[in-house]
Amino acid sequence: MKGLPLSPLRGRGLIIGVPWFWLGLFFLLPFLFVLKISLSEPVLAQPPYMDLIREVEDGLVSISVNFGNYLLLWEDPLYRGALFGSLKISAISTLFCLLFGYPMAYAIARAPSHWRLPLLMLIILPFWTSFLIRVYAWIGILKGNGLLNNFLIWSGLIDQPLEILHTPLAVYIGIVYSYLPFVVLPLYATLVRLDLTLLEAAADLGCRPWKQFLTITLPLSLPGVIAGGMLVFIPVVGEFVIPDLLGGPDTLMIGKLMWTEFFSNKDWPLASSLAAVLLVVLIIPFVALRHFEQREEAV
Amino acid sequence: MKAAISSVTTLALALSLATANLASAEELHVYNWSDYIAEDTVANFEQQTGIKVVYDVYDSNEVAEAKLLAGRSGYDLVFPTARPFADRHIQAGLYQKLDPSALTNYDNLDKVILNSLSDIDPGNQYLVPYMWGTTGIGINVDKVKEILGDDMPLDTWRLLFDPEIVSKLSACGVSLMDDSTEVLTAARAYLGKPVDDFSTEAINEAADVVNNVRQYVRYFHSSQYINDLANGDTCVAHGYSGDVLQARDRADEAGNGVNVAYVVPSEGAVVWTDVMVIPADAPNPAAAHKFINYLLDPAVIAPITNYVAYANANAAATELVDEEIRNDAGIYPPKETQEKLVVLKTPSERQIRVMNRAWTRIKTGQ
Repeated sequence: MKGLPLSPLRGRGLIIGVPWFWLGLFFLLPFLFVLKISLSEPVLAQPPYMDLIREVEDGLVSISVNFGNYLLLWEDPLYRGALFGSLKISAISTLFCLLFGYPMAYAIARAPSHWRLPLLMLIILPFWTSFLIRVYAWIGILKGNGLLNNFLIWSGLIDQPLEILHTPLAVYIGIVYSYLPFVVLPLYATLVRLDLTLLEAAADLGCRPWKQFLTITLPLSLPGVIAGGMLVFIPVVGEFVIPDLLGGPDTLMIGKLMWTEFFSNKDWPLASSLAAVLLVVLIIPFVALRHFEQREEAV
Repeated sequence: MKAAISSVTTLALALSLATANLASAEELHVYNWSDYIAEDTVANFEQQTGIKVVYDVYDSNEVAEAKLLAGRSGYDLVFPTARPFADRHIQAGLYQKLDPSALTNYDNLDKVILNSLSDIDPGNQYLVPYMWGTTGIGINVDKVKEILGDDMPLDTWRLLFDPEIVSKLSACGVSLMDDSTEVLTAARAYLGKPVDDFSTEAINEAADVVNNVRQYVRYFHSSQYINDLANGDTCVAHGYSGDVLQARDRADEAGNGVNVAYVVPSEGAVVWTDVMVIPADAPNPAAAHKFINYLLDPAVIAPITNYVAYANANAAATELVDEEIRNDAGIYPPKETQEKLVVLKTPSERQIRVMNRAWTRIKTGQ
């Protein structure tokens, strides 16, 4: 034992250390920068915010922290409105992603095994085209004289083009389309590992298929539902491209507001405090989930 | 061991050769508006000078500004709008002074335009005017006449701000630019009030005008209307002169029967100038000077005007511009139109904030 150069504990520490180092360098450090800017004041200079720590005279240093941005975010209904708007759009999109994604994942998981890989490929294939181009393509489909309207008019179902582009509906279509694969993949991973003998046993004991699904398949696939849901919900809250390209002027989302603060108002501190608040809001469900899981394990 | 050493030396040699190559192939990083140069401009410059041009584009002043404010953008030459952007960039110390000895073609510039910039850039030390234009209205003439009748004058902001008229045009498509200053200024002109009053009351007054028609506006965007006008997807668009004229030309080329026109409203409109500037931290200011001087050559800038449908700031180039473009009232406005044009003053930071707040409220319907 003495002669071992690396104790098992140290080896484990090293392996765990790598992701911690990664998180520290690419998440914590940038976040601290954002936090620092959020406590500063905007000025017309390069960079356009005041440094928190300034040298007044040689040797004499003054530190000024400005909480005014957070105060403004709290007091002004616009920012709260945008945050709730984003959370609402995100929640509804996540729900629809799960509604469409679950049957897809289920079908792939139950397909003959030689079909699964090609079917999964079809889910992943859109990623080979740039995200931006795929969202742009929806403009061509949804616009007044676009593919969808022209088809509907040609088929005689409608005689006036439907106004879909630049409405909330277009934003939902764009988001659900773009994020669907992120739901299907984790759901597939849990569903394909499901022990089918459980279903057989339930059927032997006279359980109807629908009840089998509700009492066995759905609860056992819950980790996939939660993972997929998080993968959609969290990035969609901060989504900027889809509401900007497909949404109308009244699509109030925090990502667009952040753009305005950062670019139009040149107020980097306020934009940074928006980002910091958003992060805290998104961490809450995570912490709650952890808490919930730990209690489950303890029982 | 010997083999290892020799491979290391070979590698070092290769690296030093590579750096030597990099140094000899001089690079110039240009950051310009999209669709704002002729197709062969850059290639001809590269051929003449041997300088490799890395050409990058943006579609809003704000995006270019954010890069400049962040610092170390890596760009040698940028083309912001003079007011309010270049104005405040000079104040923030973002640019370096030009070297007049490197700009041998400088005298070709229009003295009137140079003069108009001297209040924000005394002595013309930082800014070289590139192109100028107006912000007015792009119209799908046939559709608008069909809806409003032949008697309705089209050179008026009422097409965008009179609720009675805009409500009729709404189904056909009405768009405003996503630019608080441009839209609120136009709304002031519609009211017949001084356009560069940036007091909070004046801003709110203008915001009310926009709020009254907001429900009829399909979108707020500063470049999307080019395609939509050209394809006949929209009827009336608040936009830049050259962009609307590009839409007109695209519709002509496509032969889709869409008849686009640009008008400067009779109540008055904003005239703006885009300028060339060298950032203070530009890696290669010498090459940037060469490129500016190249663009100051009448034989170079005239074809660019022909291509982009914006008037250039080069007095010597006017006679080289295609007659059709030179006589286009939308590009080179006649005297009586020029009298209606106003130069915007730069609002203060606080006024900009008030304007952008009013703007966000308008757009989101809050």
